[in-house]
Amino acid sequence: MEQMKPLMTEADTVEKSVERFEYDNTIVRNFGLATLVFGLVGMLVGLIVAFQLVFPVLNFDLPYTTFGRIRPLHTNAIIFAFVGNGIFAGVYYSLQRVCRTRMFSDNLSKIHFWGWQLIILSAAITLPLGITTSKEYAELEWPIDIAIALIWVVFGINLLGTIIKRREKHIYVAAWFYIATFVTVAILHIFNSFELPVTFFKSYSAYAGVQDALVQWWYGHNAVAFFLTTPFLGMMYYFLPKMANRPVYSYKLSILHFWTLIFLYIWAGPHHLLYTSLPDWVQSLGVVFSVMLIAPSWGGMINGLLTLRGAWDRVREDVILKFMVVSLTAYGMATFEGPMLSLKNVNAIAHFTDWIVAHVHVGALGFNGFMLFAIAYWLVPRLYSTTLYSKSLASVHFWLGTLGILFYAIPMYWAGFTQGLMWKEFTPEGVLRYPNFLETVTRVIPLYAARGVGGTFYLAGFIVMLYNLLKTAQQGSFLANEATEATVYKNVSHKGEHWHKVFENRPILMMITSLVVVSIGGLVQIIPTLLIKSNIPTIASVQPYTPLELEGRDLYIKEGCNNCHSQMIRPFRSETERYGEYSKSGEYVYDHPFLWGSKRTGPDLMREGGKYPNSWHYFHMRESTSMSPGSIMPNYGWLHENELDITNTQDKMKAMQTLGVPYTAMRISNAPAELKEQAQAIADNLKAEKIEVKSDREIIALIAYLQRMGTDIKK
Amino acid sequence: MEVIYVLLAISLSVSLLFLGVFIYNLKHGQFDDDYTPSVRILFEEKGKKQ
Repeated sequence: MEQMKPLMTEADTVEKSVERFEYDNTIVRNFGLATLVFGLVGMLVGLIVAFQLVFPVLNFDLPYTTFGRIRPLHTNAIIFAFVGNGIFAGVYYSLQRVCRTRMFSDNLSKIHFWGWQLIILSAAITLPLGITTSKEYAELEWPIDIAIALIWVVFGINLLGTIIKRREKHIYVAAWFYIATFVTVAILHIFNSFELPVTFFKSYSAYAGVQDALVQWWYGHNAVAFFLTTPFLGMMYYFLPKMANRPVYSYKLSILHFWTLIFLYIWAGPHHLLYTSLPDWVQSLGVVFSVMLIAPSWGGMINGLLTLRGAWDRVREDVILKFMVVSLTAYGMATFEGPMLSLKNVNAIAHFTDWIVAHVHVGALGFNGFMLFAIAYWLVPRLYSTTLYSKSLASVHFWLGTLGILFYAIPMYWAGFTQGLMWKEFTPEGVLRYPNFLETVTRVIPLYAARGVGGTFYLAGFIVMLYNLLKTAQQGSFLANEATEATVYKNVSHKGEHWHKVFENRPILMMITSLVVVSIGGLVQIIPTLLIKSNIPTIASVQPYTPLELEGRDLYIKEGCNNCHSQMIRPFRSETERYGEYSKSGEYVYDHPFLWGSKRTGPDLMREGGKYPNSWHYFHMRESTSMSPGSIMPNYGWLHENELDITNTQDKMKAMQTLGVPYTAMRISNAPAELKEQAQAIADNLKAEKIEVKSDREIIALIAYLQRMGTDIKK
Repeated sequence: MEVIYVLLAISLSVSLLFLGVFIYNLKHGQFDDDYTPSVRILFEEKGKKQ
């Protein structure tokens, strides 16, 4: 064994000098504070949306507080505000220390901080207003998308600048994870945000139908990978050894699972689209890579848990380590479950059910939440040069949180299995046992209530933590600039080193390599479906939406209907019996954006057109329980009051035309007349059923769209 | 659909390249010094006031 040889080479070539400098703790404290504030907000909104499914009255009959609009508010607040700020706090603290330098630029740090908070603020304003692209976890409209890209680049420059000016020759594993996070999220965000603006608050996705779905879930899945996972693994590799005061179990394993993870993750996105109209080979590719992902994922979990080997007696005492153990266990469970859910036979039952909601919350509440809590308990006393105010309160938080996760996850798994089985159950005579979808909804409402209780536990624990951390901060004094010193290396050659050190010492090379590695996966899957016509069979009878239907579709997007209703009938007998002919990719060619949805809290709407009379929709949208007693759908009374805004109809059609929808110039110029004619026909039809409504109301456009849905193929 | 085979070939060769680089280095003892960095981060906060 050539023991320690590379180390000696390093020592030989390094010219040493000691430098004194200060770590910037202010930026860490600011991001930390934002984490706590937005954690509270995000979880509160989560609790509200959870209870809205039990008590629909909590929708308050207001547009701004309906489930469809504030469910995205919850997910965005948790992912980008709570977890996002948490990542930045963790990164800014650990990066300075593993690089033994202050951040590259204090100004960039400040721009990053305030820019990110402004983005969050604009999200908090626009989402309740119904300004949304409808694409999950990418709902924010185009001006905010641009702001996100800019601020993300500011973060990236600061991150890479810090790594370049580091005083430590070796780049610690945590920093690689941060680099991969930056690079990949940048690609994902930009690629998925290709959209054509119509107005300042409205844009259409550049991709249509199947392609939009593929790009969206390539983004969506990798947002989980590179926003909710890699930065957390990076933080684990710094904070866990510090918390346990022992080196990571295997540094070698950290190298291996890092590269494997970033290489495999990018291929897994199509597992969100199994049994859909996505080409089969893309689906299979997604499944295979999803199953393989268990290896690098568990590599990370095992490396974390085994770091605590020989220290398990301390886990019993130390609440911070307890949080970390639950966090890593939740990561292990979620990354075992993920590949299982990616198997087509499991996915057939689990997809569109609350099983998925349970799955993501094991990850979010367990892995992300608990790791951020552990870091907060570890970090705040250090930033304030004191000790934690109360260990017993932290312990109370730990148990409230752990029970909260269990009370959340178990009912949701139960609900998921219940839905999956009820949707598919046939009687011996061969008809659906539960032909009325509503039965499958009312059956799981008690489980939704139990989930709400779990969420309440979790939030209660969080509030206990806020109090504990506030008291901790009060009893200490904030150390804005932490003095330190480091030995500086100079003129180090890379000759004869560990192959991986070539990357470790060259952040730009490392960045480019990561970029190449992650791009391969994305390009292989996306380019062919974009290019190959045979993947998208065109159906002659499928025609573009009429101007009124287009406006109705935009209302569908605005109200976030896709949060509860899918538009994707999978080729199962249970689905074709219930909803009608299964979905064909050619039916979506004019859908910018696609609206397949990912959850069936309500029934699929793919073939909604013509199922019910206009009057049914009129009453159902005004008060859902009037047509479906026991329904938990919100009431949309304002659609019956509001006048339809048609000032941009022609611009919208022009934008669609640019994106390849075959509207003729004549049809666009004639659009207002065509729109009014169709609206009048619907109003007249309603009048025949003794419903007096003006033809220029929003509800008319929505009815027009709902009645069009999935009918073209029947022509 | 031919482009799929091209793209699969590219991605496979990249994967194999990674595997090759890994095996080569494993056999040439390049992983011997994969411990120090993990210990080094534990000793870094001994700064004096400026």
